[in-house]
Amino acid sequence: MSKPKNAFMAWIDHRLPVTSTFEKHMSKYYAPKNLNFWYFFGVFSFLMLANQILSGVWLTMSFNPTQEGAFASVEYIMRDVEWGWLIRYMHSTGASFFFIVVYLHMFRGLMYGSYQKPRELIWIFGMGIYLALMAEAFMGYVLPWGQMSYWGAQVIISLFGAVPVVGDDLVTWIKGDFLISGITLNRFFALHVIALPLVLVALVFLHILALHEVGSNNPDGVDIKKYKDEQGRPLDGIPFHPFYTVHDLVGIVVFLMVFCFVIFFWPEGNGFFLEHANFEEANGLKTPEHIAPVWYFGAYYSVLRAIPDKLMGVIAMAAAIAILFVLPWLDRSPVKSWRYKGLFSKVAILVFAVDFIILTWLGTQPATVLYTWFARIASVIYFAFFIGMPFWTRIEKTKPVPERVTG
Amino acid sequence: MSNDGVNKGRRTLLIAVTAGMGAGAAVGVAVPFVKSWNPSEKAKAAGAPAKADVSKIEVGQMVVVEWRGKPVYLVKRSEETIGNLEGLAERLKDPSNGNKGQQPEYADNLYRSRKAELLVLEGVCTHLGCAPKYIPEVKPEPFDANWKGGFFCPCHGSRFDLAGRVFSGSPAAANLVVPPYGYLDDNTIIIGEDGASA
Amino acid sequence: MKKVIALLIALLPAFALANTAGVHLEDMKPDLHDQASLQRGAKNFANYCMGCHSLKFARYNRVARDLGIPEKMMEENLIFNGAKIGSLMEIAMRPVDSKKWFGATPPDLTLVARVRGEDWLYTYLKSFYADASRPWGVNNTVFKDVGMPHVLADLQGQQVKGCAPVTVGFDPLTGRDLKEEECDVLYVEKAGALDAKAYDKFVYDTVNYLVYMGEPVAMERQTIGWFVLLFLALMFVPVYYLNREFWRDIH
Repeated sequence: MSKPKNAFMAWIDHRLPVTSTFEKHMSKYYAPKNLNFWYFFGVFSFLMLANQILSGVWLTMSFNPTQEGAFASVEYIMRDVEWGWLIRYMHSTGASFFFIVVYLHMFRGLMYGSYQKPRELIWIFGMGIYLALMAEAFMGYVLPWGQMSYWGAQVIISLFGAVPVVGDDLVTWIKGDFLISGITLNRFFALHVIALPLVLVALVFLHILALHEVGSNNPDGVDIKKYKDEQGRPLDGIPFHPFYTVHDLVGIVVFLMVFCFVIFFWPEGNGFFLEHANFEEANGLKTPEHIAPVWYFGAYYSVLRAIPDKLMGVIAMAAAIAILFVLPWLDRSPVKSWRYKGLFSKVAILVFAVDFIILTWLGTQPATVLYTWFARIASVIYFAFFIGMPFWTRIEKTKPVPERVTG
Repeated sequence: MSNDGVNKGRRTLLIAVTAGMGAGAAVGVAVPFVKSWNPSEKAKAAGAPAKADVSKIEVGQMVVVEWRGKPVYLVKRSEETIGNLEGLAERLKDPSNGNKGQQPEYADNLYRSRKAELLVLEGVCTHLGCAPKYIPEVKPEPFDANWKGGFFCPCHGSRFDLAGRVFSGSPAAANLVVPPYGYLDDNTIIIGEDGASA
Repeated sequence: MKKVIALLIALLPAFALANTAGVHLEDMKPDLHDQASLQRGAKNFANYCMGCHSLKFARYNRVARDLGIPEKMMEENLIFNGAKIGSLMEIAMRPVDSKKWFGATPPDLTLVARVRGEDWLYTYLKSFYADASRPWGVNNTVFKDVGMPHVLADLQGQQVKGCAPVTVGFDPLTGRDLKEEECDVLYVEKAGALDAKAYDKFVYDTVNYLVYMGEPVAMERQTIGWFVLLFLALMFVPVYYLNREFWRDIH
């Protein structure tokens, strides 16, 4: 540890490891020098988490978590609270952007094998974040108490009814009532603003802690710790601070331009970020013509709908999420990055990505006969990707991985 | 990482500009969040100026009007009461409205009102916010043997005269607040905005 | 650039609200800059709609401020129930009563433009036609078996569904419109106080007002948006060069 610059920092460091922590995680944390733009999405996710917490805390100040008052209080925020509209749009579009960057962050991991040994735990914590985020987003979506809030909740909660024997009781227990009511709203509010954010923050902490233990992967998937200089610094590594802090700043400014463009010019996102039907207050006696989940749940919703059996559908949907957790053990390839995997792996990853987008889109569309068949084919491809991976990654011919990072 | 060839001046300038703009951005983000704590349109509507008919108030009587959740005292003073005000000066902490924040400019006079006969006061003790009681009779009181009528705060015993001026020896330091008000016509006043004096 | 984005934004809702029932919706382009239109819309709404439909999330003073209507004028001309200028725009009719009278409570319309879209509203208000089988004697092509009477019938006249000559094109030789007899179309049988053009304008203003009502901050939001984007664009410059400065020696 280098000497602190002044007496004040010395005093602090004697009592709290500020300098040493900063060095360990920032100025002497060595990251590969060849990280490309795909590595921005981690910091963007972090930014979105901060955005959601900040805007969320402020929304809580004016939101009224009751059946009678929830819908009106959202409009109160949009109209009567000074700048309330901006804070609300930051939160509502922030939710969608959170998922966009998280999906891209996950895709990065898939391309470069960032889940492989020794980064299995990072992946698992990441999947935990993803799962908690889905729960958080679902409960948050119920709060404005519009038609989509209500009927979306109705559909999702009913899924638990597929559990054998206790299904119906479970559904009633979750609702706390015989229908979705203010009681349900109130408990979702508590989970959305306190419980799940705590879980999320804890998981993010673990995710980053685990990452900093083994260090970042890179687009080549080579281990930068193999070649070090005489002081023990990786030859292909550079200190995170200042190099990646200034680098991330560029990404953040560009990202904020996109984010702010949507907030200020396109907050409804064509009905994807704020659904039109949700501007109508919840009415338990009137189902909207077309109930669709918010886009970020679309893929799993498609899988659910593809199977003409309630229990099997729910199992398939749960499996579609669960299988992601074991990805580190499905990939048997000796190399990490798709740059050095065989052609089949590369094609498979691209097909999977397109397949996921198709599933997502189908999930937001009405279930016509044709679309249901599309969803079935896409669901098969989804699972085939994971089930087939252990086989093709083991048998395919890989390219030699360079000793040092390229470019 | 050698530091050879580092253009220090250029680097420092870029860091300074970035930090400066970053700070600007942080302030820009903070503004909506800070401003969202201002009274909302709903609060403003609830706190809109209150109208009151003063023609029905009898001499010596007090009427309480609510404005922004606070009691506002409207007292019709008699000639005798008005006459007594001048003589109290030496017993008061601030007889001549030295504390300018306690009344609007147009009430910065001996009567602390637009018209001598009508007193308009916020019924909020300047000590700790209790509502002072209106005790108009001129007679010895347990708290003051030489009582000339006024307001007595039951919480901590602060005493005010019939212009809301605080007596020496009270825990309260300042005179009772005169809210902004004005006459819409001879019989109607509006509390909460400086209407023109009719 | 600004135009392209504006166009993009204008076009997007059209895709979003693609009508599922398959009824053709007329195109309506709201213009929130047109204060005169919004003011007329506010007046139309107060006179013809507000008997039954509230705007309960909006406040009179905000509408007055946004539309450039002096508060005094607002109070005298657009507030009928003696409400204060700062009040929410509620109505006196109780939901229980209206449910008894109409079979359903007339919905609040503050957000109707965000639910239905401007094209739907515009077409809806022009698509009432006589239908003796319905309780109010009218039906609507975009809202089948609608529960409300045609309150604008005095203005539009009585519209019926049937066969009528429809303009299908323009004959360049004669300079006249080409007409063809088509069936299942709406046409005005008995004229009302307004001719077709004036009625369209009346509906346009009313819908324009409802679009404003759905999101009163929409105009201001975009203005602020330009400043935010401009700031970020400026911020990009030092950040970009700062990054390049540090990374000069890497690679």
